Amino acid sequence: MSGLKMPQANAATLKKRAEIIADMRIIVPGEGVVDAQNEMRAFESDGLTAYRQMPLVVVLPETTAQVSRILKYCHERDIRVVPRGSGTSLSGGALPLEDAVLLVMSRFNRILDIDYANRAVVAQPGVTNLGITHAVEQAGFYYAPDPSSQIACSIGGNVAENSGGVHCLKYGLTANNVLGIEMVLMNGDVIRLGGKHLDAEGYDLLGLMTGSEGLLGVVTEVTVRILQKPETARALLIGFPSSEEAGQCVAEIIGAGIIPGGMEMMDGPAIRAAEDFVHAGYPLDVEALLIVELDGPQAEVDHLIDRVETIARQNGATTSRASTSDEERAVFWAGRKAAFPAVGRISPDYYCMDGTIPRKQLPRVLAGMRALSEKYGLRVANVFHAGDGNLHPLILYDANRPGELEKAEDFGADILRLCVEVGGVLTGEHGVGVEKRDLMPEMFTEDDLNQQIRVKCAFDPGHLLNPGKVFPQLHRCAELGRMHIHRGQMPFPELERF
Amino acid sequence: MTVFLPNTAEEVLETVRWAVSEEAPLEVVGHGSKRGIGQPVQTAHTLDLSKLTGVTLYEPEELVLSARAGTPIAEIEALLREHNQELAFEPMDYGPLFGGEPGRGTLGGLLAANLAGPRRLKAGAARDHVLGVHAVSGRGEGFKSGGRVVKNVTGYDLSKGLAGSWGTLAVATDITMKVLPAAETETTFCIAGLDDAAATQAMAIAMGSSAEVSGAAHLPEGVVGRFIDGGFSGGGQTVLRVEGFGPSVAYRIDLLSRLLGNHGSAETLDEAASRRLWREIRDGHPFADGSPAPVWRVSVTPSRGHELVDAFRRAAGANVYYDWQGGLIWMRMEADPEAEILRKMIAHLGGGHATLVRAPLAIRAATPVFEPQPAPLAALSARLKEQFDPQKILNPGRMDFT
Repeated sequence: MSGLKMPQANAATLKKRAEIIADMRIIVPGEGVVDAQNEMRAFESDGLTAYRQMPLVVVLPETTAQVSRILKYCHERDIRVVPRGSGTSLSGGALPLEDAVLLVMSRFNRILDIDYANRAVVAQPGVTNLGITHAVEQAGFYYAPDPSSQIACSIGGNVAENSGGVHCLKYGLTANNVLGIEMVLMNGDVIRLGGKHLDAEGYDLLGLMTGSEGLLGVVTEVTVRILQKPETARALLIGFPSSEEAGQCVAEIIGAGIIPGGMEMMDGPAIRAAEDFVHAGYPLDVEALLIVELDGPQAEVDHLIDRVETIARQNGATTSRASTSDEERAVFWAGRKAAFPAVGRISPDYYCMDGTIPRKQLPRVLAGMRALSEKYGLRVANVFHAGDGNLHPLILYDANRPGELEKAEDFGADILRLCVEVGGVLTGEHGVGVEKRDLMPEMFTEDDLNQQIRVKCAFDPGHLLNPGKVFPQLHRCAELGRMHIHRGQMPFPELERF
Repeated sequence: MTVFLPNTAEEVLETVRWAVSEEAPLEVVGHGSKRGIGQPVQTAHTLDLSKLTGVTLYEPEELVLSARAGTPIAEIEALLREHNQELAFEPMDYGPLFGGEPGRGTLGGLLAANLAGPRRLKAGAARDHVLGVHAVSGRGEGFKSGGRVVKNVTGYDLSKGLAGSWGTLAVATDITMKVLPAAETETTFCIAGLDDAAATQAMAIAMGSSAEVSGAAHLPEGVVGRFIDGGFSGGGQTVLRVEGFGPSVAYRIDLLSRLLGNHGSAETLDEAASRRLWREIRDGHPFADGSPAPVWRVSVTPSRGHELVDAFRRAAGANVYYDWQGGLIWMRMEADPEAEILRKMIAHLGGGHATLVRAPLAIRAATPVFEPQPAPLAALSARLKEQFDPQKILNPGRMDFT
């Protein structure tokens, strides 16, 4: 992907840059338009820092009406637009384009309504994920999806990426926790979907929007479900001699009807890197470590801790500790939460992957990764959302060594191919963006992809919104609209039955 | 008039291709248990999926099940029960409301109607549990979307896109669902004698507590006698379901009685009675008595439901009960549906939607069954339809704008 090809810049747009900037200043007065090169530098990449591109201009609107006017303006003039929230995407979803307006939603930063009776919060899209929880925690509530970037990532970006986190198995992804949105289409139309009521009728456009990576519309308001904080939570730290035994333990916990609030696994290299870094007291003589967190009413948690410990022992656990205080539980998690920076300490650079696999395939995928690690001569450490099969291999490399980044990327692509081969998918929560765009055909046929692009055509027929992301090739909508008629005999007609 | 009864996904593809080439619209049905919902479809040909059956994958420990679209829901639920699992969104059964047998309906219909039940509040609807589909679009092209894993953001979620589409975008042939462990036991906490406003307040307190209530309904005096064989005595009942492991359920019922003890006299229903009650709440049981009178399902902000009913009753006679913490109103009309008045009031109270789930054909032909959409949204929906089914081959007219 280092040879990433982005859509060719529109020369007419580049030529009109000064005029476009002036018009943007009319739509968004004040400080909302940034065009100086040194000031735009802050926006040239997102969380996937290997890729950088200066935008045409950066615009920071404050109202839905401004967003609508900007998009309508660009639509009428064939100008591309890249939306951006906090810019924490790990897949390059907010990577600018040379000829595109970068529409930054960070000034949409207010919470509009907190409604405890209906357990809902209405927020502008630039509010951070954690900001929602902070706004309601004094009343004992929280917002459940918790991507690891939650301190910075915006709720609008969460909708665009259908963000997950460690609590997904029990509490769902963003898609399951968003009740409604207001969005603006590329033609400037403002559309409201859902709200505090459930299951709005008509096509599930909310479902299509969630995870659409900024290619369908720009979210200008979000209504989310908030939940009462579980009364208590306890964690178990369980070590196993092999990932097979740990995997079997996970399967049996779920088989016993227990859905933990969080269930994380780390492999040997990840355990040792984390323990060296934060000294969480992780056992170093094990090859797989499970953190199982049970949350809910006190009576339930105490009941289930015992059952999970029993299951762990039956599956060959060599160590097992249950937290007895919130402080101890925090220590159990400290190593897992610091796993990425911990790996960062033992290698100049690392590349984080994000495939999902059917859980039972874990031993096969880990074995495959070991083989690939030898083939490429690069080390790999694994952290794994064990409950839902979402795997985050961290490939260790040194960008200063010529060719090593490319090698890491090829290694990563091979891992994702392996995920697809065993029945999994290319990305569990980081998105396709530009990073995995060219791997999409590994998972989808041309017909599959064309039907997805046709959805894009219903929302943005000119392909002006965030082009170059998700799809390896954006076929023209007119071309895709053509019908291919297969003439044939009437197939196996049955007789009329009534 | 031809009924096509495909046995395989390939035959479905072949049928739709033929229909496209002949410009011959198809009514797409499974068991036809929900045929009475939506605008009447009049086509010369029917694509009947009831022979496209069979569970193709079930891995209880992976919490995943795949089946062909015509597989009976009853068969899937029976299989899941053997492994103490279930479809957690508690899909409702429309059959009895239309005077049909209970227990009919297919997996394809479940997704097309985006079914849910009382647990919608906690567990979501069919849309929240579908992981992947194989389908044939109205263009006569087979495509797949999603997969068999829960965490997946690879490409647009077309499986969700088919949820609630009433078969107007594509014909699903294979569907993969997330399944979950069934609760070990359940108990329902019942408070007697609250009026609709007080009940709404009590339900909000319960849902906002850590009691993890998985069903919150209010059965006013006028309908309460029709539940569990008249087992409730006196006044209205506000009912709260608690499910889970035994010790946890007992603990949380105790929590509810401490929180709501002063709201009225309280009792509990044991597991068997509780199961029966929530099935009846789920399926509109009080109105499934053979009467053809119009029935609405109205979804609004939970705290506003009782205000809507109060205002609407001044304009028209209706029998009601509430599910989803007061946000889902089941309403049987004494006479005409009064759609315009109802929808105006919903908009006035902050929005929502009203679905005319049961009404005589003549009324359905003249009244929008589904909530009319604002112009930009209707235009977007029509463009989506155009992208999936440009010749309007699939269930033409079933949804108002299609």
